[in-house]
Amino acid sequence: MTSDASVAPAEATPGSPQTRIDVSTAGHHRDDAQTVFECSGVDVYYDDFRALRDVTLEVAEHEVTALIGPSGCGKSTFLRCFNRMNDLIEGARVEGTIHYHGVDLYQDEVDPVEVRRRVGMVFQKPNPFPKSIYDNIAYGPRLTGVKRSELDDVVEGSLTRAALWDEVKDRLKMSAYGLSGGQQQRLCIARAIAVQPDVVLMDEPCSALDPIATGRIEELIAELKTDYTIIIVTHNMQQAARISDMTAFFSVQPNELGHRTGELVEYAPTSLIFTNPDDPRTEAYITGRVG
Amino acid sequence: MLLTSPAGIATSHALRRRPGADVGGAVFKWLLIGATVFATGFLAVLLAVMIVDGWAVLSGNLWYFLTHGFSQRSAAEAGVWQGIIGSLQVALVTGVFAVPIGVATAIYLVEYAQNSRFARIVELNIRNLAGVPSIVYGLLGLVIFVKALEDFSKGATVIAGGMTLAALVLPIIVITSVEALKAVPDSLREAAYGVGATKWEVLSRQVLPAALSTILTGTVLALARALGEAAPLILVGAATGFLSFGDANVLETFTGPYTALPVLIFNFARLPGADWGVNAAAASVVILVLVLAVNGLAIYLRNRFEKQW
Repeated sequence: MTSDASVAPAEATPGSPQTRIDVSTAGHHRDDAQTVFECSGVDVYYDDFRALRDVTLEVAEHEVTALIGPSGCGKSTFLRCFNRMNDLIEGARVEGTIHYHGVDLYQDEVDPVEVRRRVGMVFQKPNPFPKSIYDNIAYGPRLTGVKRSELDDVVEGSLTRAALWDEVKDRLKMSAYGLSGGQQQRLCIARAIAVQPDVVLMDEPCSALDPIATGRIEELIAELKTDYTIIIVTHNMQQAARISDMTAFFSVQPNELGHRTGELVEYAPTSLIFTNPDDPRTEAYITGRVG
Repeated sequence: MLLTSPAGIATSHALRRRPGADVGGAVFKWLLIGATVFATGFLAVLLAVMIVDGWAVLSGNLWYFLTHGFSQRSAAEAGVWQGIIGSLQVALVTGVFAVPIGVATAIYLVEYAQNSRFARIVELNIRNLAGVPSIVYGLLGLVIFVKALEDFSKGATVIAGGMTLAALVLPIIVITSVEALKAVPDSLREAAYGVGATKWEVLSRQVLPAALSTILTGTVLALARALGEAAPLILVGAATGFLSFGDANVLETFTGPYTALPVLIFNFARLPGADWGVNAAAASVVILVLVLAVNGLAIYLRNRFEKQW
């Protein structure tokens, strides 16, 4: 399994009370790392309602970036900006700029379909297709024109990478719905990486899973970051502390009209956020006094 | 004893069943049972009356009845063969026109127009159309399909009849298809978009297959409804009297005079004499069996496609 020290199995074992704050082993190669996303003054509106205000941050290559904050703070909304998933919601509008490897994601010439092939997504609830395990993985590669003869290899490779191959190799033709929740979520991760994306977005991928399945996914994330840039929304602060290099803390304050617009409070290396946060709101949240 | 509060010690007396504690519930339950018995009993009586009335034909010369055409000379010589063929032909034309248009409309409303004001208004109107009496569609068919489109339909033909019934069942097909598409969870669409599928790929490979069994069921049930309609067909020229296929081949019969089972029943029933009444009852049983067979097909298709996963 993984040799990454930051996710030694004992520590990843969920339910254990310790909160690992120190992620120094992951290192912060912010100086030499490539910037994947550069967000500047991002606002998100649903019709007239402003869900998110003025977010500016950069995401570095091959790092795990965690988005945390209380419910309704706009972290999932923000995550969906990175692969233009918000386009699918009627009335959703993104202002400000998000650059992906220097390209403005929201300019007219950009095809959201091409964006999503490079920026994959794993959702809150495992959502396999009502097809066989094999076809779930093969769906994306087939769309991109991977040859039939190569599909078997892609499927095996993706399932292996998602640490699911050994459990399902004898029942690839069976329905994906027969898998447990944790297996289904790893299947969804395998499906996402089968199209060889550059970035994987994860929207609370463990919220529907039990602690053991959660531990597995966390191990997997640590493994995957050698090949992919990962941005993950999580409700679980211990999880953010365990798996991420950078943490963005979002908060929401109702204004005088009662509208709840989320904003980025603090964005810093995870070790700093959890030991020495700058903003009193961050400190209140991570110490459990608020939220 | 000092402790007398209700939440106190549960004596055997406190837990005992009190007579008359839930009279309302019992009355309601028996009302429901009564309604159910009445509804099914009514149907059973109807069916029994038809079978008894038509017994002379059904038990005696059923085969002759099913395989011979109409005759005005005597009830004993008249059969429903032309009606069966006519009904099936009309249903076929209805399906050919109504299913693609209805399903396409539903796809547009749900997947493209989404929740727009326009889509909501169209959907509301289609729901209202489903309640328009069938005779109105008959008039519409007479004006449009028989007269205005005469070059295409060749007048009062199977094609005109089928198109009229297509207009009649179109709202039903649209509504059931809309419901089927709305029942496909958004998580499935998101999953497909998430791996870089285009809108067409999401629709054709994920959404439509997921909605197919429900769409099929609704469609077949709509066609069953069309099979039983008499009023609009009489208006658009289903023959109520003598008619012969002669030497016409199958294609020609679509643009020739025709009749349908419900029209035949209407025809039998208004002729004087008890023996015509027997024919009407027997033909009613035939159409019921036909409709039941179509409904059975719908159930089979639904189970077939749903069981896949």
